[in-house]
Amino acid sequence: MDDLSVLVGGRAGDGINIAGMMIAWLMNASGYRPHMYYDYPSLIKGGHNFAIVRGTPGQPRAIRTRVDILLALNQDTIEKHRDRIHESTAVLFNADRAKGPGEGIPVSDILKRHDAQAVMENSCLVGAFAKSAGMPTNLVSSVFKRHIPRYVEKNLDVALDGYDSVRTSHNLAPSLSRPLPVVSGNEAAGLGFLCSGLDAYVAYPMTPSSSLLHFLAEHGPPAGVTVVHPENEIAVMLMAAGFAYAGRKVAVGTSGGGFCLMTEGLSLAGMAELPVVIVMSQRTGPSTGLPTYSAQSDLHFVLHAGHGEFPRFICAPGDATETMSWSKTALEIAWRYQVPSFVLMDKHLSEGFFSIDTERVGGVAVRGPETGVASPLRRYIDSPSGVSPLAFPPAAGHVIKVNSYAHDESGITTEDPVIVELMTQKRLRKEASLEAEVQRLPAVVTGGNPGGTTAVLCFGSTAGVSEEAAERLRYRVVRPVVLEPFPAKAFHDALSGVERTICVEENVKGQLSLLLRRHGLMTDHEVRRSDGRPFEVEYLIKRLEEVPL
Amino acid sequence: MTSRDFISEVQNTWCPGCGNFAIQHTMKKVFMELEGEGVVPESLVLVTGIGCHAKIADYFNLNSFYTLHGRTLPVATGIKLANRDLTVICHAGDGDALAEGLDHLIFAAKRNIDLTVILHDNRVYGLTTGQYTPTSPIGFKGRSTPHGTTEFPLNPLRLMLASGATFVARGYTRRMPLLKSLVKAALTHRGFAFIDVLQVCASYANLTDYYEKRVYELKGHDTGSYEDATMIAGEWDYYSDSPIGLGLIYQKEGPIYEPTPEKEVLWGSRKDLVMHVLDSRT
Repeated sequence: MDDLSVLVGGRAGDGINIAGMMIAWLMNASGYRPHMYYDYPSLIKGGHNFAIVRGTPGQPRAIRTRVDILLALNQDTIEKHRDRIHESTAVLFNADRAKGPGEGIPVSDILKRHDAQAVMENSCLVGAFAKSAGMPTNLVSSVFKRHIPRYVEKNLDVALDGYDSVRTSHNLAPSLSRPLPVVSGNEAAGLGFLCSGLDAYVAYPMTPSSSLLHFLAEHGPPAGVTVVHPENEIAVMLMAAGFAYAGRKVAVGTSGGGFCLMTEGLSLAGMAELPVVIVMSQRTGPSTGLPTYSAQSDLHFVLHAGHGEFPRFICAPGDATETMSWSKTALEIAWRYQVPSFVLMDKHLSEGFFSIDTERVGGVAVRGPETGVASPLRRYIDSPSGVSPLAFPPAAGHVIKVNSYAHDESGITTEDPVIVELMTQKRLRKEASLEAEVQRLPAVVTGGNPGGTTAVLCFGSTAGVSEEAAERLRYRVVRPVVLEPFPAKAFHDALSGVERTICVEENVKGQLSLLLRRHGLMTDHEVRRSDGRPFEVEYLIKRLEEVPL
Repeated sequence: MTSRDFISEVQNTWCPGCGNFAIQHTMKKVFMELEGEGVVPESLVLVTGIGCHAKIADYFNLNSFYTLHGRTLPVATGIKLANRDLTVICHAGDGDALAEGLDHLIFAAKRNIDLTVILHDNRVYGLTTGQYTPTSPIGFKGRSTPHGTTEFPLNPLRLMLASGATFVARGYTRRMPLLKSLVKAALTHRGFAFIDVLQVCASYANLTDYYEKRVYELKGHDTGSYEDATMIAGEWDYYSDSPIGLGLIYQKEGPIYEPTPEKEVLWGSRKDLVMHVLDSRT
């Protein structure tokens, strides 16, 4: 077999995500590219947590409902996931806490034998997984040595006893894929920012964006990146405005509720023409909603957030590789056009793990308009592209004024109707320049069967599952990566020959569908999910097959 | 720069008799002195909120960020963290910094970020034509409280002391030499400096007579004593009949805010760091 799905489940606090990552590393070392989905309720201890790790020789970007190996730290895991078990599923469970059916592992005996802590239960089950998947012990040994930070030997002893306590149930076909780095979507965004010269990251913790803050707080300062966690998201956005005014490349990150607080500052960035990148990772709303589950229900919020009219850039990458690439592009666009620039993500992408193919992360060359330096600098001097030259304090001989009020070219407050109109037109012209830039970017991605007359339309993290389902059904996938300014021409071109469209979204109102309608495309059918859970491949295929012809 | 160069050519629209003129004049004098001492005017950045006070951004021919109501401090913090060589001055109003942006003021003091806040405390919303603010006296009849407020005013000095400010002072626009020395001291203080500047609003809260009867200059107390400072700051509660002390109330040296402890930059290039992270993830 060459497509392995593994579920590991237990209570919060059992370290399920760590067990899932170990399984992902083992797959990676076997030449199988892993993708991990981690499902957890919003609590610290108790409840039911599980991770699904899927490995294939090519990169999987979606999970299947059916699993081939189920690792149960408790009976609950077996009961809750009965629909995922099929005749060839190996169910391996901790015999102290579950009764099967399947193969019980005498975890407490093994731990006692090695005088090991209870938390090493995970290592025991991971070892059992390796045996069940037919992986050799030397692979287990090398992966443990590489990825276990403490007590490696003891963990390994426990793992190998777990290994010996089950039989091999699956034989993975050999794969020659070279192991690639495995990162989360949020980490990919952080890596993209680090590559593209980010100077500062400002954020208030909010799931599912927090792991980007954690990643940059750890890795940013040694590379000269200032990372600030201020009093609230209002301050986050305003601090970012201060950094941008002083010439520092800055990004912020949040989810829907936090972004609500940022909208005042977003309008300021629009009016004052300050480059700010916003990573907006959606979760199930409205309000507190489901903090640890996903959604695509903030597309229209991000499209329209902030009062008044101003240009903005929005991209929605579909996996980690795209996230790394487009976060670079988003930062570049923000500075070239002096606009707020969004990387729209969601929980599945932010907290999902993927292999990242650095050779595919070229980054997109943003050309940008030509801007000289006027002397003495007028911060908002009009130009054919609408973009004014930038300078930052202290700049000898220049007074640099930015302003939230309507202002003249020097940044001085004005209520003069002629000047107000001129400056409004200038900002509008930036939007036209940005539209031309988007036409040069790979803003629409086509996948699945390129000649298919049925097209699945989607955006963001549903890219992977849509492509996999479409390949099975011989459908085409047309996916806009840039959502604002909308690449209407490229999108219509990509639909050439299509007779039937199905819009797949994780929201109730069909927000992509509504956006497409604004650009002259009426979608024929809708497949929606709004319970916070990801579309699994079999489930999406079933839903697509139910769509009338 | 000459005195004339510091002031822009923008038409001034403050009401005749407005306390803002005295603050503007004082700031200009201090800026000129600083320039004489080698501070380049291009390194000064004024950050203003929204309200009558904030027009000062347009009126000075200096770098400025005219922000939103209540939001001077996060913007100023971003600017200062972006470039420690800039001298960042927040001009904020009492409604501005104490109502809409109170959280930011407290956190800026708590962090001891190295910047100065000049609170234009006229104790009324002027630009929105006369509503009560957090420092209006109880019973203040404003347009949103025609029968008088029923809440006590906030004491900004005690608030700042409790929040960790390392320079706390009170000025008054009709005592300009004292105000000038306080502003100069605040700008040269290393850390978070806060001056509550009592100013009259000529149109909606002209308290000149009230202040003239009560103000006196503080002398002889230990400005390094937190206990003394708290007592002095509480002498006048912003509504009842008691003397109003003017001058430096508290000053101490403290660690200046840095988001992370200062460490050497370890990575020569971003590429090295990215390769290191990616390498650890295979």
